[in-house]
Amino acid sequence: MKKSTLILLKTLTWVACLWPLGLLVYQAVTNTLGPDPTANITFSTGLATLRLLTISLAITPVRRLWSRLSWLIKFRRLLGLFAFFYGTLHMLTYVALYAGFDVNAMIADIEKRRFITMGVAAWLLLLPLAATSTNWAIRKLGGKNWSRLHTLVYGAAVCGVIHYWWQVKPGVLSPMRLTVVLGVLLAARPVLFWWKRRRVRAVPV
Amino acid sequence: MLIGKSSDIPSSAITPQDQYLNRRRFLRGAVSGVVAAGAGALGAERLAEVFEPRIGALAGTKLETVKSPLTTTGEDLTSLNDLTHYNNFYEFGVQKNEPAENAGALPTRPWTVRVDGKVKSPKTFDIEALLKLRPLEDRVYRHRCVEAWSMVIPWVGYSLSEFINQCEPLSTAKYVQFLSYYDKKVEKWGSETSISWPYSEGLRMDEAMHPLALLTFGLYGEVLPNQNGAPVRIVAPWKYGFKSAKSIVAVRFVDKMPPTTWNDQAPREYGFYSNVNPSVDHPRWSQKTERRIGLPFYAQRKTTLLFNGYGEQVASLYNGMDLKRNF
Repeated sequence: MKKSTLILLKTLTWVACLWPLGLLVYQAVTNTLGPDPTANITFSTGLATLRLLTISLAITPVRRLWSRLSWLIKFRRLLGLFAFFYGTLHMLTYVALYAGFDVNAMIADIEKRRFITMGVAAWLLLLPLAATSTNWAIRKLGGKNWSRLHTLVYGAAVCGVIHYWWQVKPGVLSPMRLTVVLGVLLAARPVLFWWKRRRVRAVPV
Repeated sequence: MLIGKSSDIPSSAITPQDQYLNRRRFLRGAVSGVVAAGAGALGAERLAEVFEPRIGALAGTKLETVKSPLTTTGEDLTSLNDLTHYNNFYEFGVQKNEPAENAGALPTRPWTVRVDGKVKSPKTFDIEALLKLRPLEDRVYRHRCVEAWSMVIPWVGYSLSEFINQCEPLSTAKYVQFLSYYDKKVEKWGSETSISWPYSEGLRMDEAMHPLALLTFGLYGEVLPNQNGAPVRIVAPWKYGFKSAKSIVAVRFVDKMPPTTWNDQAPREYGFYSNVNPSVDHPRWSQKTERRIGLPFYAQRKTTLLFNGYGEQVASLYNGMDLKRNF
């Protein structure tokens, strides 16, 4: 890929990733956050987190299927870090607008309310991944250890989706689409691994 | 493009006929179209919303009302636009903005309310007769949703007890059940959930007979917009909003606690009584505070009051009852 194409694509990715935040800022400035601004901010940041996490998890299966697209790896760190960025905003929204910075209220919530516990768990799983996202950290850890550590992302995604299901009322199916897509992406990993191994074996010696 | 969208409104090809034939709505659409055209790109949709909050053939028609001593004072009213664009009416979609888009499909005329069960004899009331049964009163009530948001709503109606007296219930009637309109062809969004329709709610007889319980036909002095439960709904302001069933087609007097939709769906989360109570948390969130709709995000938090602040009037209904167990 030409360098200029890569720069253009990276710029577009940045714009797309900042879009949900930009929209919220625009709405806050023009006073158009809607009837329930708190809920709007919470939902938008949470949804952005899960969507970015899902897109970042799509990169590996897509690369396995179409080797011509292997350059997509250059975008995975960016998407993952933006997922962590929105996850952090989402949590800060809870800390400020729901718990009102009251530490005791937060501890009580984490103990008592499983959907909050699950959300905090998802964020804690993403934290070491964000912290080890630099080239220096990858070198320091060594590729193998780094890869092993970063399998935590599967746990974070699963916790995130459970957090979404536990937040909606029983009987509401709005998290379904995201769950199905994520399920396919997670299942694709062992399936593609098995398929590739079979192909390698089928080649006559 | 937004400006193009507004000019589509007069087209009979895409607008449902009943709405197309309504001159009031047509005119309002035309006005909002002109305003929207002048307002330019992003602001236009918001303006159009403000100019057309009422959905339904009769929505927006003025009602003749009288004052009521039972009205709540000292609260800022939630705007008509917010009242009509932030609704829980799952038959028309689970997102808050969906009922405003979809509830136009609800046929509010002709409309009857069937009364049966433990009554002297079953009856059917026509909506026009119900509207004339008693003078319609303006009653401002606080409205607290179980999801921890709240509004202040100027309802129009009369005490439910006035209607119940006309139903002539037997002394064996201990509860009253309300059933909402459901037609899966009209309310196709209902099947996006795993809820079994029609929506059912209920009150104990003494709760239903309390003067604050309102048989409601309008808000802001006008006929109820469809998304707010047209043409007739219940409002019990000391209970979480889901107890106040919308678009009522049947009222049934029964001797046992009737099945109710959210209680069936998740009995641990939604009790039959569901009185507003800051000291009984929802299993998944605290009920100590609420978010007032329509305020900026930094000013939304308010303290939730027992019985939504109507304790002085209704607390005696629950004398000697454990409100934590009977949540």
